[in-house]
Order: sequence, then structure tokens, then C-alpha cells
Amino acid sequence: MKRFSALSLLQGAVSAHKYWPEHWPDAEPKAEYDVVIVGGGGHGLGAAYYLAKEHGIRNVAVVEKGWLGGGNTGRNTTIIRSNYLYDESARLYDHAVDLWTGLSQELNYNVMFSERGVLMLAHSVHDVQSAQRHIHANRLNGVDNQWLTPQEAKDFCPPLDISPGARYPVLGGALQKRAGTARHDAVAWGYARAAAALGVDIIQNCPVTAIRRGPDGAVSGVETAKGFIKAKKIGVSAAGYTSVVMESAGVRLPLESYPLQALVSEPVKPVFPCVVMSNSVHAYISQSDKGELVIGSGTDQYTSYSQRGGLPLIEHTLAAICEMFPMFRRMRMLRKWGGVVDVTPDRSCILGKTPVQGLYLNCGWGTGGFKATPGAAHVLAHTIARDEPHPINAPFTLERFRDGRLVDEAAAAAVAH
Amino acid sequence: MLMIWCPYCQELLPELEFAYAGEAHITRPEDPSALSDEEWRDFLFIRRNPRGLHYERWRHVHGCGRFFNAVRDTVTDKIIATYPAGEAPPALADLERAS
Repeated sequence: MKRFSALSLLQGAVSAHKYWPEHWPDAEPKAEYDVVIVGGGGHGLGAAYYLAKEHGIRNVAVVEKGWLGGGNTGRNTTIIRSNYLYDESARLYDHAVDLWTGLSQELNYNVMFSERGVLMLAHSVHDVQSAQRHIHANRLNGVDNQWLTPQEAKDFCPPLDISPGARYPVLGGALQKRAGTARHDAVAWGYARAAAALGVDIIQNCPVTAIRRGPDGAVSGVETAKGFIKAKKIGVSAAGYTSVVMESAGVRLPLESYPLQALVSEPVKPVFPCVVMSNSVHAYISQSDKGELVIGSGTDQYTSYSQRGGLPLIEHTLAAICEMFPMFRRMRMLRKWGGVVDVTPDRSCILGKTPVQGLYLNCGWGTGGFKATPGAAHVLAHTIARDEPHPINAPFTLERFRDGRLVDEAAAAAVAH
Repeated sequence: MLMIWCPYCQELLPELEFAYAGEAHITRPEDPSALSDEEWRDFLFIRRNPRGLHYERWRHVHGCGRFFNAVRDTVTDKIIATYPAGEAPPALADLERAS
């Protein structure tokens, strides 16, 4: 596979963009693989890449029901941060941020990781106390996070309305400078290309309809739209569809699937230098490099597999955005969409082994899976290759719901996140 | 926006008047301390989460304030039936005809 360089990009440009090589070959399934990954999002593709690169397991297929970047990898608001309260989460997400930092070089593909800073606003005394608790906990864990006064927040993000009469008064904010955004579908493409270069088969438009188990109870393979594929090990990284896939293996999960909505505006010149999140009014905003405002909303109240979500929710989000950033009141919105996110009772992921031999699970990322992509993929590959969890994902077992060892980020944040 | 028929008020009303309250027909065990850890986990956390017909609880918070049950298709979000809490769920075969 041809490596990208400044010279190859220049060649592409001067040839009127006619001679770009195929980024990765479209594979048809072989009869058997050592590992089959169900779900070709960033997490699944990344796991295949790290299996091939770090564990020498190259007879791997990633089976995706749609097209790469068509699921939640391409439907999120691309926010990357690691300022989580609990030690377990801080380690996991900070591992991901460490990998994000060098990912473009690692993959030889520009994922446009931009450490532009994520500012989380506090609108009430409760918010202030909660944010400061997070800052202290983060610092103890070596995760950068700092408190900004309202004026410092305004200096960092000039469009912010900090006037005392504001509908959502700004009492300050927690800033993680190392946090930021990345180009979401480039993450899927970059991992796919790098994995394919190491021999991984990437099979698109091929829904997995069932996981099959042999007489000994261990996995034997997957039924797909393109026939049965034999596999010694199976990693399921299917986001909102995890419950459906895992039911066929006889594993019932503490998951519920909700639509999570986002929307973008018409593109404008650079006006918004960072990411701002307001958990208490449930609005997230940044500006993409194309110039669109990227706005994230919350999950609908009801479970659903429709990739839409209801209008009342984004109406509420946009009302909040217009109050916090009055200059955006005349902006027009171009597109809105939903992704199906799998939510656990404690809002932490499930990443590890299952009661079924040879079946590994990466799910329950809820509304915040994108930021974890490289970290989750890296430790999932470790778990599959060694048949034991990496120390970083060891606390995120399925058994924690039986044993009561929850990693309760739901209670820590008091909102979906 | 979902339009939901409240079986008590006998009226079709917008989703904003209602609060979703999770999967329906999960009965709290009579004697929780007699359960194994697995059974208690199943009661607290394990959910069907089907792609298709879902039995679920709603509460008419901005109306009569009462809980009722609904059957909704989670792919189309179409609500197929609503019925008062405590009633037996309608049979799947009848619902598939209705959907």
C-alpha cells in the first residue's frame, strides 16, 4: 500500500485528483479466520489493527453491516477528552488521549486531532462544586484540568455570553487543554487502511445475523449475509446493536439502546476556537475545519433503533445554544441525524471477556465512545490476543453488575455524557 | 414527535406530556434477600432491548399523572397499543397484525 507523504499529496493535487490509489481493498470473506470482529466502527477496526500490529494476529476479518464511517463513528460530535471522575475511567480515557496524540503518524493518515481544549461550563453552585471535584480528582490522576473564572472562560471562548442577566449564567468552567476534536470518519478510514496493509480483511455491507457456538459452548463462528464464517475468537464491537447480536450467543446484557442526536449548521468562517460543553443544559458545540458548527444534543427519553430521534430534544438544545452564544441566533442548521447508542446502568463501558469461551465484548460506551476509540481498540486487542484483560480495562467487566462493583460515572456526572 | 394515546384520559397527546419509564412487566421480587446475585442483577439491570416490538412503561406526567404500558416498534417508533398498568400485555400475534 502506497504511503502518504507531502510529495504524494502534491502529486495527487497536480494530477487534478485523478490518480488517488485505493485506500484499502474491499474483501470477500474467507471460510475461516483466527479472529472475527463484529462491527466496523473505529473501535472494531482499531482492534483489528492492534491485533495485527502488536500481537502478530493477522488472519483477522472485520465484518460491518453497512459502510465504514456510516455508524456511530461518523455520527458523533468528535469530542475527545479524558476528564472523568473515577480512577478507572480516567486511566481508560487518558490512555486513549495518549494514543490520539500520535495517531496520525502511527496510521500514516491524517485524523486531524486538534487539541483545541474542551471547556465544560458551570451554571449553578452545584455545577461549580461538581466541576471542582472533577478537577481535583483529575489532577490526582495526572489528567490535566483547570478551573476558569467567568472572565477567563470568556477570554478563552469569546462568543460566550457571561453577562449576569444571561438565561444560563456562567459561574466558571473546567478546561481540559489537551482535549479537543478529530476528523471522525478519517479515524475509521485510517484504521481500515493501516489494518488492511497488515493483512486484515475488511468486509462491508455484510450484517452478522447470529453468533454460533459449538458443542463445547465455545464460539464456532458467525452467520452473515455472505454465509457462515468460522472463527476461533469473536470480538463484538457493535454499539447500539450489541444486544441483538449477543442474544444469538445466549448472552443477555445490561444495555438499552437510545437515539443520540447531533446537527450541523451552514459553514461559516472560523468563529469558535474550542469545544464548549454544558452538561446541565445539555448542549455541546464546536466548529469543524469545514466551518460548520457541530452541535450535540442528548439522548431521547425512549429506547429506539431508529437513527433519527425526536425534534423536541434538538429544539431544546438549540434554544440553549442561542442563549449561551447570542451571535449564533441567525445561523441556519443544515442537517440533523441520530446514532443508536448502547447505554449501561452506570454509564461506563463493558470491555472484556464474556461467559462464552472465545467471545469478547466491547460495548456500553453510551454517548461517549468516539473519544475512547484508540484506547478501547488497543485494550480490546490485548484482551482478545491474550484471553485476559489489560490492566486498564480489567475493572470494566460484565460481572460488575452482579458483584456490585459499578464504575458509576452516571452518578458522577448526573447526566448522560 | 411521538403522539401517544393515554388509556385513562382517552386522548391522543404529544410526547412532551409524557415521561418514559423503561421496560414494562418487570415484577419486583417478593423477597429480594432470597435471590442469588445473578437473579438480583437480572431484575435490576438486564433488559430485553429488542429491535422490534417493545413493552414499555410511560407516565402521563403533565396530565393524569398515572402510569400505563405501551407497545412500540423500536425500529419505526410507531406506538401500536397502550393499556392501563396491571393489565396483561396484548398477545404478539395480535400486535403484528395491528402493525
